[in-house]
Amino acid sequence: MPAEAATVMPESMRILIIEDDREAASYLVKALKEAGHVADHAADGEEGLHSAQTRAYDVLIVDRMLPKLDGLSVVTNLRETGQDTPVLILSALGQVDDRVKGLRAGGDDYLSKPFAISELLARVEVLGKRRGTKDVETSYRVGDLELDRLSHEVRRAGKPIVLQPREFRLLEYLMKHANQVVTRTMLLENVWDYHFDPQTNVIDVHISRLRSKIEREFGPPILHTVRGAGYIMRADD
Amino acid sequence: MRMTAVRLSAVYFLLFAICAVVLVFYVTATASTIVEDQSRRAISEELDELAQVYHQGGIIGLVRTIDRRSRQPGASLYLVTDASGRIIAGNVESLQAGVLDRAGPTKNAFSYERYSDSQRERYHLAIAEVVSLPNGMRVLVGRDQSEQVRFRGVVRSALILALALMGVAALIAWFFVGRSALKRLDGVTAASSRILSGDLSERLPVTGAGDEFDRLSANLNTLLARISLLQEGLQQVSDNIAHDLRTPLTRLRTRAEGSLAAPPNAEEAREVMEQMIAECDQMIRTFDALLMISRVEAGSDQVIKSEIDLAAIVADLTDLYEPLAEDAGAELTLECPPEMGVVASRELIAQALSNLIDNALKYATSAERKTRIKVQLASDERQWWIAVSDDGPGIPADKRGRVLERFYRLDQSRTMPGSGLGLSLVQAIAHVHGGRLVLEDAAPGLTVRLEMPLDDRQTGERSDG
Repeated sequence: MPAEAATVMPESMRILIIEDDREAASYLVKALKEAGHVADHAADGEEGLHSAQTRAYDVLIVDRMLPKLDGLSVVTNLRETGQDTPVLILSALGQVDDRVKGLRAGGDDYLSKPFAISELLARVEVLGKRRGTKDVETSYRVGDLELDRLSHEVRRAGKPIVLQPREFRLLEYLMKHANQVVTRTMLLENVWDYHFDPQTNVIDVHISRLRSKIEREFGPPILHTVRGAGYIMRADD
Repeated sequence: MRMTAVRLSAVYFLLFAICAVVLVFYVTATASTIVEDQSRRAISEELDELAQVYHQGGIIGLVRTIDRRSRQPGASLYLVTDASGRIIAGNVESLQAGVLDRAGPTKNAFSYERYSDSQRERYHLAIAEVVSLPNGMRVLVGRDQSEQVRFRGVVRSALILALALMGVAALIAWFFVGRSALKRLDGVTAASSRILSGDLSERLPVTGAGDEFDRLSANLNTLLARISLLQEGLQQVSDNIAHDLRTPLTRLRTRAEGSLAAPPNAEEAREVMEQMIAECDQMIRTFDALLMISRVEAGSDQVIKSEIDLAAIVADLTDLYEPLAEDAGAELTLECPPEMGVVASRELIAQALSNLIDNALKYATSAERKTRIKVQLASDERQWWIAVSDDGPGIPADKRGRVLERFYRLDQSRTMPGSGLGLSLVQAIAHVHGGRLVLEDAAPGLTVRLEMPLDDRQTGERSDG
């Protein structure tokens, strides 16, 4: 649901979509614009590579199968010339090893078609901020919730909260991407480091446990469910 | 094909014949030389003796000795002539002309006739040495060469016989190679033509002799079996797709059509849309599972394997499902060693275990009682295994094979979410690692065990994509 993602009000990003399916591309452009970004479109690999090399983008969305120059070659070419713009690879080949091949070619994230537009938006926004300073911060803060990455201490309104190691990592990831939508697959991939498809939604239960620890006795909700998309860590001001 | 046999037999025959002829000629030539040398030495020795006799007894003594020796059975050749060439003593009746003209050893064999006790043979061949005495008399001592001539004759006929035998052997070889072995190749050709014309159930003939032909045929048969298995799988998948995806597609279409016919209000529209998206997602899952099964089944080349710690994966997955199990009123326990390194695909093993735990949670739990689900990782010297056991209702023995089939579901009403592909995928993952999936009675409940060989070589180790 692009409209809901847009309520997050992300910083505007400049995004290049390299995709030969014009209908899919125009839908993507529209969705990204609704989410507050600037999106350009290239219809084949050569054009896409040229645009990516001549203009500055925050994120590239590259389809794997492209006319003239395939998606992986576009990414390899860019990386060889020293460009490190984050790349999200899209593919109809959605299997485990295609993903590995895509990432090895220099992609930063991989999404298989067909996908929910909310999943794409969430990933693009996380990718766009990858080059920020979040990784070197030693503590995160959302509202009155604090997380210390070094001492592994979590406090809300000054009161310590005891978390299991996995709960800590889950919260750490959510807080690192505070004010961004984080999808269930992103959590499975980044917190558990698995890329398979669980038949049942295993993540929701973990979230509700975490939520009960960080919200129950503290009043205002801080970990919100975004319908049809995932979760967002946000202090309601 | 038969032409090949004839040509091969002919080439072998010629090769052997040339070798045999060369060998025989070499042997006879060497043997002749040796025998002739021996004869010439014997002749010289005898002449030395006779010279001794001549010095002691003069002409008379010499003639007498020669006369005596001539009469002995099996005697050498002796001839004494006077200066005019008249025969004085000896056992030679006549000689090839000119032999006596030159003193010294004769260069070549010459023909002669001799007086013989038994029979009068003509045209003997001999070699000899001629000595002239001071008074013009000539003394000839020689050795008969008929033995050697006979020896050559024997060798020649042996050679002819051998060549004839080889000819026969070549014919027999052609018969066997052409009529027997190559006939089998013809059989293979015929069978492969039938296979080419579309009958994949046809197999190449295997005689059971265990020779090269059999091994080739057996390998090709294995290949054919694999191809027809893949083809059957493909057939089954397309049937299943037709059956299992048409149903949700029909629902989707009906829903869209219904909304179009009677436009719902905003809230209803949203609900319908969400249902339709959920329906699409389920179909995408089914498609993904199908694709994954067929890619995994296509062979180990499609799968990236690396050195992984199984214990960590099993612990991760148990950890991932533990809260879900608790919510479903089940107790999920883990039994595993602290570490177990194997070469396998991390994502596929995780996917398989996820499917197994998910199945146990779906089908073994009940509202009335606490279900116990145990995840076990263990190994012995040959294999490692992951077992997921529950104490739920289990699966009747006669249905255990069927649940591994694609789209088969025990729950025919299909009220449970799921594609009916979970176990098929686990089985495909087992196969690509050279292992198997075993379903057993846990009394009560079900044990599903993923058994994998520790020796990964049989599936072709692959550590890189």
